[in-house]
Amino acid sequence: MAQLTHDQELKNKLSAPLATGNPNFHDVTEAVSIISEVKTHRNWYIALAITGSITGMMGLMIAYLIVTGVGVWGNNAPVGWGWDITNFVFWIGIGHAGTLISAILFLFRQKWRTSINRFAEAMTLFAVVCAAIYPGIHVGRPWRAYWLFPIPNEFLDMWQNFRSPLLWDVFAVSTYGTVSALFWYVGLVPDLATLRDRAKTKARKLSFAIASLGWRGSATHWKNYEKAYMILAGLSTPLVLSVHTIVSFDFATSILPGWHTTIFPPYFVAGAIFSGFAMVVTLMVIARWIYKVEHLVTMTHLENMNKVILATGCIVGYAYATEFFIAWYSGNPYESYVFFVSRASGPYWWAYWSMVTCNVISPQFFWFKKLRTNIPFMFVISIIVNIGMWFERFVIIATSLHRDFLPSSWGYFRPTFVDICTFIGTFGLFLTLFVFFTRFLPIIAIGEVKGMMAAAAHEEHYLDEAVAASQGKEPVGAAH
Amino acid sequence: MADKTTIHGMVGDFDSPDQLMDAIRAARKAGYTKLEAYTPFPIHGIDDAMSAKPSILGYVVVCCGAVGLTIAILLQWWTGAVAYPLVISGKPMFAFEFAIPIIFELTVLLSAFGAVFGMFALNGLPKLHHPLFNYSGAEGITDDRFVLVIEAGDHQFDAAGTREFLLAQGAAKTELIEE
Repeated sequence: MAQLTHDQELKNKLSAPLATGNPNFHDVTEAVSIISEVKTHRNWYIALAITGSITGMMGLMIAYLIVTGVGVWGNNAPVGWGWDITNFVFWIGIGHAGTLISAILFLFRQKWRTSINRFAEAMTLFAVVCAAIYPGIHVGRPWRAYWLFPIPNEFLDMWQNFRSPLLWDVFAVSTYGTVSALFWYVGLVPDLATLRDRAKTKARKLSFAIASLGWRGSATHWKNYEKAYMILAGLSTPLVLSVHTIVSFDFATSILPGWHTTIFPPYFVAGAIFSGFAMVVTLMVIARWIYKVEHLVTMTHLENMNKVILATGCIVGYAYATEFFIAWYSGNPYESYVFFVSRASGPYWWAYWSMVTCNVISPQFFWFKKLRTNIPFMFVISIIVNIGMWFERFVIIATSLHRDFLPSSWGYFRPTFVDICTFIGTFGLFLTLFVFFTRFLPIIAIGEVKGMMAAAAHEEHYLDEAVAASQGKEPVGAAH
Repeated sequence: MADKTTIHGMVGDFDSPDQLMDAIRAARKAGYTKLEAYTPFPIHGIDDAMSAKPSILGYVVVCCGAVGLTIAILLQWWTGAVAYPLVISGKPMFAFEFAIPIIFELTVLLSAFGAVFGMFALNGLPKLHHPLFNYSGAEGITDDRFVLVIEAGDHQFDAAGTREFLLAQGAAKTELIEE
């Protein structure tokens, strides 16, 4: 019964303007705002209960780790970095697509970003939260985790080593998290004002009034706002490239064969964008279906993201090939051993070839328009890509470490149940944050979509585009 | 004249951005100077039409970035070479090469603070109340209404005449709003 009224309510609000196929400004406000205004659906509580329990499991695992010690993980000599760093790099990488969409595509004036940027930025933020857990808990004594930062205190009595890339990483990730949060909030303010002005209850009005800081959309406001947005996009662009570059320095500045390579920074950045876009596709496919915003997040958006996945997947494949070529061409026996023996045919061969299958082969299907515009197919590929990208980080870490220079200190990394449950738990946290985000905040940048429509109104093909967009097709006469 | 101090201005509420832009141009031509437009999204060219000065936010950001850069250099030099010099793998106590990643990050961080907090400060936000919210149709501004306010402080302001003027520009609705 609840299901019916909810759907009916949404349908009544949405289908009318869609039937005529030409959404106006008010329709956009309505379509996006209504998501957070309808009565909370029973399924939302079910979703929250599931994701919340998984997050709770992560909490228990972390508590167990803190009271017992990092020995509860599978990390041990010679594999001193296990799933903690794998998962940290995995989550940080996921975040990169959000910044790419919000900043780099903005600077390149890619109009299609407007419908998905809010969602992708939220993903960035939540992924950084998940990533940030790992450095905090893997330090051994997490109650001393603030020693990572140069905060004067009576216990440490010394200063951090600024010559270490690990400290650069602390600065890179915390700057990235902070700037992403600010960028996201700045984008939200005008839309929070929209929700404030639509609020029916006093409590709702008050909370959005506080959150929107009294925004009133004056020309002066917009002038400074647009400037700030442009500057933040300009700052975030090199920032996002720097983050995974610095993460890769954690490996590249060491002398370990398989890590000590100059290809790492661009290779890591491409992989990050690759996995991040795959995650946006996974989440967007679900969200546009649940919240019925298919007319705002159209097939064109999904197809464009799939094209980015294809392009970055090819870059990643090229990087894998280059690593092998250099290992052979350098004539360094340790380097060739890591690639030709440890990775391709050693005890981790299964991880290496899973990675190649998922990351290099699976995106190639997107060369075909039929496949990259097929929603179930792209959903499956996007998940496969993320499995592959997780394996990439695992392969880099485990294969380079497990066979030390002396055969007497060789080993094999096996995750414990704490490793596995903590990792699953981070997905619970990620999804819980999303469950809250999609319930309470505008999941599409209302103001930006309207601004884009207004700009499009001055173009000849506006009507064609709007009709086509509302039907989920490409605009008539648009370049293919 | 007596009630002029309590009146903020006259609202003209328009249906489309184009109408608003035409009204702004007409108002400027008619000699009005104290105007403010309120819109659901930024409108291209509105600053030129209102002869608004460009935002000074860029200068704020440059200053904040310079502060971040300075802090990063001093922090790394002072902690590593002065306060606690420690030889690690024979590396120098301070050198720009290894200092660059953190110099970059702190410059970006402080610049972003400048951009965000500077923007809010220049916009006078957060603000508890503004006369605009006395307008009965203020809710429409964040949805699909395009509002022009001619402020009472304008030397040409005159409630009846200004209302006439706005209606002549095609305003769907006009309203006198209080301070």
